[in-house]
Order: sequence, then C-alpha cells, then structure tokens
Amino acid sequence: MQTIDLSEVGLRALNKTLHAQTNHTNQTNWEIVNPKGAHAIACGLDAPIEVTVKGSTGYYCAGMNQQATVNIHGSAGPGTGENIMSGKIIIEGDASQYLGATGHGGLIVVKGNASSRCGISMKGVNIVVKGSVGHMSAFMGQSGNLVVCGDAGDALGDSCYEARFFVRGTVKSLGADCEKKEMRPEHITLLQELLDEAGIDADPSEFTRYGSARNLYNFDVDNAGAY
Amino acid sequence: MCGIVGLFLKDKSLEPQLGEMLTAMLITMTDRGPDSAGIAIYGAQTDGRSKMTVQAADPDTAFAGLDKALSDVIGATVGISVKSTHAVLDIPAGSTAQVRAALKDINPDIRLMSRGDNLEIYKEVGLPKDVAAQFDLAKMSGTHGIGHTRMATESAVTTMGAHPFNTGDDQCLVHNGSLSNHNSLRRKLRREGIHIETENDTEVGAAYLTWQMQNGATLGEALESSLDDLDGFFTFVVGTKDGFGVVRDPIACKPAVMAETDQYVAFGSEYRALVDLPGIEEARVWEPEPATVYFWSHNAAPSTTEKAA
Repeated sequence: MQTIDLSEVGLRALNKTLHAQTNHTNQTNWEIVNPKGAHAIACGLDAPIEVTVKGSTGYYCAGMNQQATVNIHGSAGPGTGENIMSGKIIIEGDASQYLGATGHGGLIVVKGNASSRCGISMKGVNIVVKGSVGHMSAFMGQSGNLVVCGDAGDALGDSCYEARFFVRGTVKSLGADCEKKEMRPEHITLLQELLDEAGIDADPSEFTRYGSARNLYNFDVDNAGAY
Repeated sequence: MCGIVGLFLKDKSLEPQLGEMLTAMLITMTDRGPDSAGIAIYGAQTDGRSKMTVQAADPDTAFAGLDKALSDVIGATVGISVKSTHAVLDIPAGSTAQVRAALKDINPDIRLMSRGDNLEIYKEVGLPKDVAAQFDLAKMSGTHGIGHTRMATESAVTTMGAHPFNTGDDQCLVHNGSLSNHNSLRRKLRREGIHIETENDTEVGAAYLTWQMQNGATLGEALESSLDDLDGFFTFVVGTKDGFGVVRDPIACKPAVMAETDQYVAFGSEYRALVDLPGIEEARVWEPEPATVYFWSHNAAPSTTEKAA
C-alpha cells in the first residue's frame, strides 16, 4: 500500500502520481491522508487501482473516473464522480449536490444521503444511495439506474429519458414526464444485482420503479405547459 | 461565486479565539472570493452605550477630532477607536439616529458600516488575508461572527459593495449568489423610503429585510418572505445580536455546509473552511436544506436548530 499525505505533496503531485499508474501497475493500493476537503482529489484516473481517501473531500473528487475504485472515508463535496465512465466510487458519508452528473458508466455507492441533483443527466452510470436524495435528482436522466433506499425529494426524474429510478421510501414529487412504473421480474433481478454490487442489504420487492412517461420526447404544442 | 463563513460559539472559553478561528476560515475561502472581504463580529457590550463602525477613504483627516465634533453636537461623550480605514464610535445608547445625522453634517464622505450594541463590521477591497491583517481581525474576541469573501458578479468592486451589509441594529447579511430582480426591487424600496446606496444586488436583499422588519416582521418572517420576493440564487447568512441564521433559495445551487459540536456551530461555503476547527472530525456535518430558515441563538437552549418564528 502506498500512502500519500496530500498536505505534504499537494494536489497536482498527487494526481500526477495516480495518473502515472497503468493497466500493468504493481502499485494497486493507494491511501490518501489529510484530504481536508480539497478539490479534484483523484480526478481523471484510468487504471485498475484502488484509492482510499481518509477523510472528507471537496468538489469533483474522482471525476471522469475510469477503471479505478475510489473509496471516500468521509463525506464528498459537489460534483463527485462527475462524468464517471467506469470503475467504482464508494462514499462512506454523505454526498453533496450533483453527484455523478453526466456519468456514462460505473457504479457510485453512497452510504449516507445524497443532496440535490443526484445523477443529473446520467448517461449510463449506476448510483445506489443507502439514505435519501434531494430535489431534482436524475434530472434529464438518459440511461443507467438510480437506486434510493430512503426517500427522494421534489421533482424526481424531471424530463428524463430512459434512466430507471428505484425508490424504497417516499417521493416528495415527480418531475415533468416522470411516472410510477410496474416492477416486473427483470427489474427485481436488476435491482438485486445493483444492491448486491453496492453491498447494501435491502429487499428489492420494497422498491417502486419510476421512469419516463415518454410524452416529452418530441415537441407537441399540447405539452407546452409541461416543459 | 463568493465564500461565506460563520461561527457561533457555545463554549465561552473559545470567545477570545473567535477572531483567529474566523480569520483562518475566511482566508481558506480566498479562491471563492479574492476581490474583497469583510467580517461582522459580535463582541462585548457596555451598558448604556452603543457602537457605530464608520469608514473613510482618508482616515487620517476624516477621523481626526471626529469624537470631539460629535460630542459637541449630541452633547454627550463619544469615544473613537481607529483601525486603519475604519473607526468604531462609542456612543450613548439610543443616539444612533442623532449621530448619523451629525456625521452627515460633519463629513458626508464618512460611511456607516454598522450600528448596534455589539456589532462591528470591517470590510475592504483586497485579498482576504490582507483585509484580515489590515484590521487585525485575528485578535478580536466575541460570541459569534460571520465573514465573506467576494467575487463580484453584479456590481463594482468597492468597499461599499463588499459584504457584510448592515440591515438594522446589530443585524447584518452576507450573500453568496446573485439576485435577478434587484433593480425593480430597489426602485420599489426607494419609493418606500429605504436608503440604498449602491447598485449592488445584495444591498437590495439587505434593504428588503430592513424594510420587512420596519413593517413589523421578525427577522425569521422577513427571511421566510424573502423566499417569495427575491428572484435569483442565494445562500444568506444573517447575523443578529444573539446568533446567526441561514437560508438558501429553493434551488440551492450555492453551496453550504454546517458543522455542530458542543462547542460551536459553524457555517462554510465549503467543508474546506471548517477543517481546522477543534473537534471537526467528530462534529455533526450537514448541508442546510433548501428554502428552510435555520437559527442559532444564545437566547435559546443549546444545540437548538429551531426554525425562526
């Protein structure tokens, strides 16, 4: 295990070291101490390494992640995992706003709550939140899955396309063109896989599925008020 | 983008370090607002006396003999303590309006930063670390305080455009965000007789709260109604004689993090601002909910998160 003290080496040196790791690196385990809420920690990784941040992080931690697993032993600031392509981000605490925005792939797990705009414009990422999510979550979600074991705030899935949302608790309100859907066996299977991968013990049958009503795909003057 | 910090002490033994803790938090927020900085600090009160913080571009001439000139006009002792471009006037309680009128006659270029029994406001253009050094903020003690680092978007980078804004006796406001209906609201408030000095959007927000409270609203009610009447983005932190309050607009894109321990309640635009506070590892850390008014007051039971009434 390699340990890096962020307060000693600084952000650029840290990220440069992590970026230098390749598919064939022998140094697969990294620990970052003294993160102190710094921005852009472990951003842009592209190697099968595991990075553990011992503390809370600021904006954009593990943004654009590919292949790597990033563990955050604290809470995560705004834009964590923005545009994640693959790999895994596991947040032990809470996540701030726009978690996993525009994410194309991979998995993000939040053990606490996620704030507003969780999974905004998601394009294939899977996000599993053990607690609750804030308002406007999965706004314009295009594909991927958002699993919420607690409650969802206002306007869930507003203007969504083909992203799927599974919520165990209550939904304060649904966004424009988002509706409640039937949980078919294939959804139970998918949800069980996501919960297993996230390491969260919950019964898929307790969840409700939501998704696009597909009324706003094409402009229709009769829907003008809904846009 | 701007940075906000706030610290409300529950543990009296920390009061001598308030300025030091708040200054460190303020300097951490430099990247969010490098063009000006300000701090409102609630310190000791003397019975029968009030304070006014004033500012002048040429303090050497403006403040020379000002205490005597004011004493002569109001017929009572006025004390003065000069700190760089600012001076704190020690005046008899209840004489604020009189002193304000006298100041206008004596030197209309002297600007009023704050008024109240405990509140002092210091703000200037410059890097937060320079502004803090200019006023020796780290040496100040007090029960609570709020600070602001500014990155101007809506109006000029000037002393009067810097935050905090004084909204009433012992009340002040700092703002991260931008108000989009400030021009129409400014016209409306001016018609109502509210004095608004600059083209700054936050000053209109402050004037709005002042106006609401002049019409009988409590600060909590004024903040609640700001959610309906102010259009735009805002995270507001308001300082009062007994504590501070926080409110975010319903969209809540402007960041806010809070931390609470047995010793303090702290506010930061980012968690970074809070990392050096004592016991932060064990603190309860959370984001204030959108469109919700929070208050902490020395008048209420400890660890209160009462909603303002």
